Amino acid sequence: MQTIVFFIFAFIAVAAAINMLVQKHPIHSALSLIVVMAMLSIFYVMLYAEFLAVVQVIVYAGAIMVLFVFVIMLLNPREESHRTRQNRFLLVAGVPLGLCLMAEIVILLRRAPLGENETGRQLVGTTEAVGRVLFTDYLLPFEFISVLILIAILGAVVLTKREL
Amino acid sequence: MSEFSSFLLGTTIKCIVVIAVLIGAVAYTTWLERKVVAHLQIRWGPSRVGWHGLLQPIADVLKLLLKEDMTPGQASKFLYVLAPLIAFVPAALSITVIPFGNVAHFGSQTVRFQITDLNVGILFIFAVTSVGVYGVALGGWASNNKYSLMGGLRSSAQMISYELSLGLSVVSVLLVTGTLSLGQIVDLQGGRWFGIIPKWNIFVFPLFISFFTYFVSAIAETNRLPFDLPEAENELVAGFHTEYSSMKFGMFFLTEYINMITVSAIATTLFFGGWHGPTFGPLWLRGILPLFWFVSKIVAFLLFYIWTRGTLPRFRYDQLMAFGWKFLVPLSLANVVLTSLVVAWRA
Amino acid sequence: MVPLNYFLILAAILFCLGVIGFVMKRNLITMFMSIELMLNSVNLTFVAFSRHINVLSGQIFVFFVMVIAAAEAAVGLAIIVAFYRNRESLNVDEVDRMKL
Repeated sequence: MQTIVFFIFAFIAVAAAINMLVQKHPIHSALSLIVVMAMLSIFYVMLYAEFLAVVQVIVYAGAIMVLFVFVIMLLNPREESHRTRQNRFLLVAGVPLGLCLMAEIVILLRRAPLGENETGRQLVGTTEAVGRVLFTDYLLPFEFISVLILIAILGAVVLTKREL
Repeated sequence: MSEFSSFLLGTTIKCIVVIAVLIGAVAYTTWLERKVVAHLQIRWGPSRVGWHGLLQPIADVLKLLLKEDMTPGQASKFLYVLAPLIAFVPAALSITVIPFGNVAHFGSQTVRFQITDLNVGILFIFAVTSVGVYGVALGGWASNNKYSLMGGLRSSAQMISYELSLGLSVVSVLLVTGTLSLGQIVDLQGGRWFGIIPKWNIFVFPLFISFFTYFVSAIAETNRLPFDLPEAENELVAGFHTEYSSMKFGMFFLTEYINMITVSAIATTLFFGGWHGPTFGPLWLRGILPLFWFVSKIVAFLLFYIWTRGTLPRFRYDQLMAFGWKFLVPLSLANVVLTSLVVAWRA
Repeated sequence: MVPLNYFLILAAILFCLGVIGFVMKRNLITMFMSIELMLNSVNLTFVAFSRHINVLSGQIFVFFVMVIAAAEAAVGLAIIVAFYRNRESLNVDEVDRMKL
């Protein structure tokens, strides 16, 4: 049952990711990426990471991708068209590179000693559990990352200001 | 019948009933709005179709369905059709986690008046409604009309900005209740203090501030007056849905009203004790009365919405943004600090 | 129960598609989106492994990655907007001069 559901959503995710590459206009690519992110959030639910599943939608689909769509609408760029020469080389190089990487990962996966999931305690990523770990074991990184995001806000404001 | 299939059947029935009731409620909210605004302005409002215009919503729906469905020639076809759907689906989804009433017993059956009680309930609502921004933004962009684009950009900027203070004002409620599940939040608000004052969150010390910030940002989130900049008709024609006609326009219309109802339902659940209210009488009445209290609280909020629409003038766009970022966000941040101090002091 | 390997393979496919997109696309915004796709696929492996070995750390890492992605999107898009203002183009091949 779960495996069937997994395959349906995996198919949608891969199709959307391919669509992201094929589409010429950035706004269509952005929408395909949103579909991929929504599918990932479903996978997180299947992996019992419910807090992350919701945060995935709030942060990625609700904030980051809105920013992308917003910028695309604001700049309103034309479709990708004229291709320069160095571009053509990259066009040829891209697919083999990706396939090589894929082959590498598959070979690694076949050799890796993954082992079986021990069946005793099954971990569920509730908000409470994630919060407890975040504010005890990972308190220092958490504080650092909040400083980092503050710096990012300042950076964005400075960069988009017309004259300093 | 196995447990799974009975669960599936029950949930499907609940979903269908809730969606049907919701759409009916939207239809009569429009009637209520037209009627109340008319009386505020000393007019009669709809009065021809049916008794006091009670059949007017049905006539409106028929009109929307029968109108010619036009697509502008230069529009991006796929996105143009997709945008109203993207706006509508999240609005309808967010109602699923809201508890409408207590557990009721009908004969041997027990019915819980809630489609599902997620333990990340309130976060789920935020996740789902944050997707709704795309409908507005894409609708404006895909129409290929500068007024639509302006409306779409304004509207999405406004929704993103006010989502912040909306989220922050809910944080202080979560600090007090200590759970994200809406069912539990309502359960915690049962009972009374000193036998008179109901234990609603609004009466807990700093939470009336968060109710204020919540409701103001909620009005802005739903793009209603005095914050209806995206469709400011005297500068932008009709904002992001200028080019939309027929049922596609109807979808945007439906979305706006469903959002109003959802926002009122969340306000009721978080601050006004959800379905709690005096219950009495036989068992079946005890099952139904919570529903009645819940609905009447929502209607009170809707009337407040309509009242503000009939009374207040529209903000200018820069005033709106300044109000959101320089007043509401700092206020709700300060409120979070205050609430956590109060919670820490009590513990 | 879906086996761990399925999730890993799916994440690998998504990651490789991200790499292909990053190399092939010439539009700055689309390239940026490819990077986001790669980050997302790595997140999926983190969550899958976290479930597999019963440790929450994987999910915490995903949380951090999301914050980093948000910061990155804010700064990166600001750079793109500044670039577009100067060049009236989003083509990455035009980012080859050292001055404005």
